[in-house]
Amino acid sequence: MAQTQAAIETTHHSNHSHYFVPQPSLYPFILSGGMFLLALGFILQMNKFSPGGWIMLAGTGVILTVVVRWFGRIIHESQSGSYREWEDKSFRYGMIWFILSEVAFFAAFFGALFYVRNISVPDLLTMLPRHDFTLYPEYKDLVWPASGGGPKGIAFTPMGAWGIPAINTALLLSSGATITWAHWALLKGNRAQLNLGLFLTIALGVTFLGFQGYEYYHAYTELGLTMGAGVYGATFFMLTGFHGFHVTLGTIMLIVVYGRCLKGHFTAERHFAFEGVAWYWHFVDVVWLGLFIMVYWL
Amino acid sequence: MSHATTAPHETKHDAQHDTHYPGGILRWLTTTNHKDIGSMYLTFALIMFFVGGAMILAVRVELFQPGLQLMQPEFFNQLIGIHALVMIFAALMPAATGFANWQIPLMIGAPDMALPRINNWGFWLLPPAAILLTLPFLLAVFGIGDGALATGWTMYAPLSVQGGIGVDFAIFAIHILGISSILGSINVIVTIFNLRAPGMTMMKLPIFCWGWLITAFLLIATIPVLAGAVTMLLTDRHFGTHFFNAAGGGDPILFQHLFWFFGHPEVYILLLPLWGLMPHVLATFSRKPMYGYKAQVYSFIAIGLLSVVVWAHHFFTAGLPVPALLYFMYSTMAISLPLAVLFFCWIATMWKGAMSFETPMLFAQGFIIMFGVAGLTGLVLADVAADAQYHHSYFVIAHFHYALFAGGIMGVMTGVYYWLPKWTGYMYDEKLGKLHFWLTAISFNLTFMPQFFLGLAGMPRRIPDYALQFTEFNAISTVGALILGFSQLIFAWNIWQCARGRQNGLTPAEGRAWEGAEGLEWELSSPPPHHSWEIQPDLRQPDLREPAARGA
Amino acid sequence: MKTTHRFVRHRPPRALPAILAALAALVLPATALADYSWNFPPPVTPIARDTLNIHNEFMLIITGIFVVVFAIMTYSMIKHRKSLGHQPAKFTGPTGRLQWIWALVPFAILLFIDFVVMGIPAFHAVIEMEDTKTKADMVLKVTGMQWKWQYEYPESGIKFISNMSTPRDQIANKEAKGENYLLEVDNEVVLPVDKKVRVLITATDVIHTWWVPQFGVKRDAVPGFLREIWVKIEKPGVYRGQCAELCGKDHGFMPVVVRAVPEPEYAAWVEKKKAEQEAATAGSDKTWSKDELLTKGKDVYEKQCAVCHQPDGKGMPPAFPALSGSKIVLGALLSPEGKLIKDSHVDRVLNGKDGTAMQSFKGTLNDVELAAVITYERNALGNSKGDLIQPAQIKALR
Ligand code: HEA
Ligand code: HEA
Ligand code: CUA
Ligand SMILES: [Cu+2]
Repeated sequence: MAQTQAAIETTHHSNHSHYFVPQPSLYPFILSGGMFLLALGFILQMNKFSPGGWIMLAGTGVILTVVVRWFGRIIHESQSGSYREWEDKSFRYGMIWFILSEVAFFAAFFGALFYVRNISVPDLLTMLPRHDFTLYPEYKDLVWPASGGGPKGIAFTPMGAWGIPAINTALLLSSGATITWAHWALLKGNRAQLNLGLFLTIALGVTFLGFQGYEYYHAYTELGLTMGAGVYGATFFMLTGFHGFHVTLGTIMLIVVYGRCLKGHFTAERHFAFEGVAWYWHFVDVVWLGLFIMVYWL
Repeated sequence: MSHATTAPHETKHDAQHDTHYPGGILRWLTTTNHKDIGSMYLTFALIMFFVGGAMILAVRVELFQPGLQLMQPEFFNQLIGIHALVMIFAALMPAATGFANWQIPLMIGAPDMALPRINNWGFWLLPPAAILLTLPFLLAVFGIGDGALATGWTMYAPLSVQGGIGVDFAIFAIHILGISSILGSINVIVTIFNLRAPGMTMMKLPIFCWGWLITAFLLIATIPVLAGAVTMLLTDRHFGTHFFNAAGGGDPILFQHLFWFFGHPEVYILLLPLWGLMPHVLATFSRKPMYGYKAQVYSFIAIGLLSVVVWAHHFFTAGLPVPALLYFMYSTMAISLPLAVLFFCWIATMWKGAMSFETPMLFAQGFIIMFGVAGLTGLVLADVAADAQYHHSYFVIAHFHYALFAGGIMGVMTGVYYWLPKWTGYMYDEKLGKLHFWLTAISFNLTFMPQFFLGLAGMPRRIPDYALQFTEFNAISTVGALILGFSQLIFAWNIWQCARGRQNGLTPAEGRAWEGAEGLEWELSSPPPHHSWEIQPDLRQPDLREPAARGA
Repeated sequence: MKTTHRFVRHRPPRALPAILAALAALVLPATALADYSWNFPPPVTPIARDTLNIHNEFMLIITGIFVVVFAIMTYSMIKHRKSLGHQPAKFTGPTGRLQWIWALVPFAILLFIDFVVMGIPAFHAVIEMEDTKTKADMVLKVTGMQWKWQYEYPESGIKFISNMSTPRDQIANKEAKGENYLLEVDNEVVLPVDKKVRVLITATDVIHTWWVPQFGVKRDAVPGFLREIWVKIEKPGVYRGQCAELCGKDHGFMPVVVRAVPEPEYAAWVEKKKAEQEAATAGSDKTWSKDELLTKGKDVYEKQCAVCHQPDGKGMPPAFPALSGSKIVLGALLSPEGKLIKDSHVDRVLNGKDGTAMQSFKGTLNDVELAAVITYERNALGNSKGDLIQPAQIKALR
């Protein structure tokens, strides 16, 4: 099998070639501590206990510091040549499985959308015929998305697909193209094109987020479309919200990679960081397509 | 990227090896060594096992006779749910991950786990999560909030939407535990795919690693769904969404679908590593190669696939449409087929062997018999009509303790006794081990066998007080639980003694601690060197033992 | 099932046989005892009978499998031991046709058992269980709420709440426990025998589960949704069950008690109930004296409110706020022009508070009870607001 081959090669380059096992590190422990503070603070905050906000702040601070330092260390190791094909392969596998877990996370929310659209809302609408008795005499013969407000839900105007969402689709799709273009450049060692491609990708990502923000503002102020607007509002904001959050992360990662490219990191053979982020970006891209079709369009 | 540049770095790195390592507590906080991390996982699991057990012993004492003696219902409800979460997420799962960390590199000829720092992070996420789970108990004492999660471990909406601060603590505990599991799974998958010794094809992979591989896939597929579910719960609680509220078009049953889409695979996540362990132990003490290696691997895969399509058997009474009821009934029953294959292979592995009955073997055989009870009762639970009686009765409680304690915990004990000599370098006290087994096996049945009858006679679960006709069986069950509980102190003591083997002058263990043991891990000294396989064994050379090949 | 009649529901089995059974249980699988006293209680509906038969059949099957499989294992454990100098074989899988057959037979057996022997009866039982509508004679609507059941007979307009009637002192071991400890209620549901009753189930706050073991049916009461089951009770008697879904603090204390009576007796009961309700609603037009309201209010409070807010009104903060000295209770009663004030005392009692255990009592209590309990809360439990509200005023607010 392929991966064994890698192992075999490394064992044969020299009978003393080791898999890189990093030195002991305190970062993981501190990071966990930071996450604990963040969670604790958030819980207290939501339940209106005063110190909550400050604890959250502290947690966030710790997390950010550690993440920066930790990735800094990784970049250093990478530059000082601790990673070779063998380690590189581990990172690739790791990234793939991480992205798959993200897919599963979004699946939960798409599942919820499917369920409310095809099961719970129809059930509520057809209660009378099915039980010749109903709890909601006033709630009947509506169709999705109008029915998405629920029997006691508040009135709202659903989000149309062909305005901003369509533009955003175009933006993300082209950003997928630009990053691939940049990758080609990296492979044939064309630095200028690489940097340009990355820059464009980031720009497109940021613009997307801008539009998304405006869309939310519009929804809340003019359409009366809020998280509280029945299951339509709930699924709409959770799906688009988490997607937006992932785009933000992706953009940040792109910016880091961009910085590294400007510094001349990465070679045509060895550029896991770049590729990992690219994969992530494509994943975010695909999720958006799902959103556009399931949430906005149909 | 040529070796010329790395070689100096490498040698430097090697030369300084053992000078680099901080001692004392720092060693444990910072370690990137799979053995240290494995030991931490196992220790943590043992401690939380006692914590979760202590909680439920209090519950059992409350249930000793009708009436409320010890505690108020609110507190009772908190204890059962936290007991469950602690036992499953903080005892059983970490124990399995501890096994993975210790054994997978040894078994596949790897120097360490593939992502050592991530590995360390995965562990250190656990204590915070455990604190989040139990902290609300303490806060309540100081008048902050009204105690821990009081909804049972299933956290069904809308009860959990209505619940207090404890629910929020549980939600975030689950998020953190989830992250930890995902990290652990990624590490296992990458290690198995990328760090196997040359010549060890997937079909020569030790079956324990196969069990863990499927477990890791399941975790990656289902844990995020649970995370999504509790996130929706959080927004329903604090941010005005209506996922689980009919008034807004949502549905409480949606939560049950999401929860059990995770929850059912979870039960196989808990046992697959142990089903992978059994053949090794049985083969060792039957002095006979394991039977049907391939058949077992395919069964694992089949179980993995089936496990994600049967979830609704946990809420047959919630009012699903008839076609759904029938589908989930038959698909659930189908899982008994691959499991029958496993049972068959286990028994066939012992068949015509030369058995001896050291503690690990006793636990393995106890596991098989009592998990048989769990599985077979599971089979009848899968029947929709009969389940209308069993559901939410003590019959279910009995079923899954046969699976989770006799299957899960006793499976873990099998592994601990089996590998303890390898880990510590000393043989544990065999007499104590046997005593522990017999006390556990007997008192376990004394505790849970009566609960089958309680369930049939109609005693609902999750009640702090019960009608008079349930008195006798509950009394018996409580007595059993107390014996069971305190017998576990022998276990803890035995491990502790073995870990301090030198001071106690115990007999040192050879590399191949058990006469019949086969596999790479036994080729190493006990305890193994700091970097397990600095140079990978090359299984393409015929002279070297090939672990699973015998079973292939 | 003749044998099941040995199961005496109200007298607990003597300790000795119980212990013997448990000891037996150590050597036998649970299932071996299934046909004796520790089985389902005697069935009284067609479904319950089916379920019991299916259950018994399945228990025998799995006991059979268990015994066979583990007999083989035990045989091997006895014969193939090192201590007997048994030489280990080396086979690692089926070799040759015969062995393959050996390996596949149990598999085939299990396949047959799963989908034929167990699958087919299960199929029929499910179909029967879910067929609620054909030839239904009457409808009973059941509403679960923390922590009591409300029963409604749409045809005859009867509607009442059924609370557990076991005194708290028995639960606290302050007095001897009665024979129906925790399984007794103030208002039993009365149903006619030999009639197919369609039961519509729902809930107001969280999920509850309506369960009477001897009926062989159990169905979740899901807030905001309707669920259906049916029962056809074949012999008169009192049948007791419990809420089976964890629904909060008093989940253990919301029993279901059904009294099945012959048709004529049932009709008489219906008339009686109707009359009672007439009387109750009539009361809402006359003006009540404060003392009348207070005395009535006291027993309404103890039935409906004391569980959470406690008999002394001190509550159990933060989950269940105190009423004594509560701002809401001591706030204004109604707006000057007699309208409802948002989040006022009256509003809370009538409409409840979303997302909490405080439910809307508008639907469950009548005008008199509401007026009485509100007046009581304002002038007792350490409060002395002095004012009172008349049933007529409540009626006006509906
Ligand atoms: C590790 C844990 C574990 C395992 C392995 C299982 C295994 C199974 N479980 Fe269980 N189950 C739980 C843990 C587990 N369960 C828990 C925790 C709950 C309750 C959750 C809650 O509500 O809190 C639960 C609840 C539960 C229910 C819901 C009950 C209810 O609430 O109404 C059902 C219903 O179908 C069920 C079914 C099954 C089935 C069919 C299996 C099958 O996998 C069993 C398959 C095994 C066999 C069938 C035995 C193998 C066969 C032989 C012995 C060989 C003989 C055969 C031949 C060779 C011929 N389980
Ligand atoms: C791996 C999982 C696991 C394990 C190992 C156990 C172990 C045990 N469980 Fe648990 N249990 C569950 C998972 C598990 N349980 C789940 C999922 C539920 C459902 C919860 C729900 O309904 O939501 C449940 C519910 C549950 C109930 C039902 C509660 C109810 O519905 O009202 C009961 C009742 O008897 C019970 C009993 C026990 C007992 C006696 C043990 C024994 O095996 C424990 C053994 C005892 C010890 C190990 C304690 C040792 C402690 C001492 C010796 C004291 C000294 C203390 C210290 C040193 C700290 N469990
Ligand atoms: Cu109502 Cu439990
Ligand atoms: Cu299951």
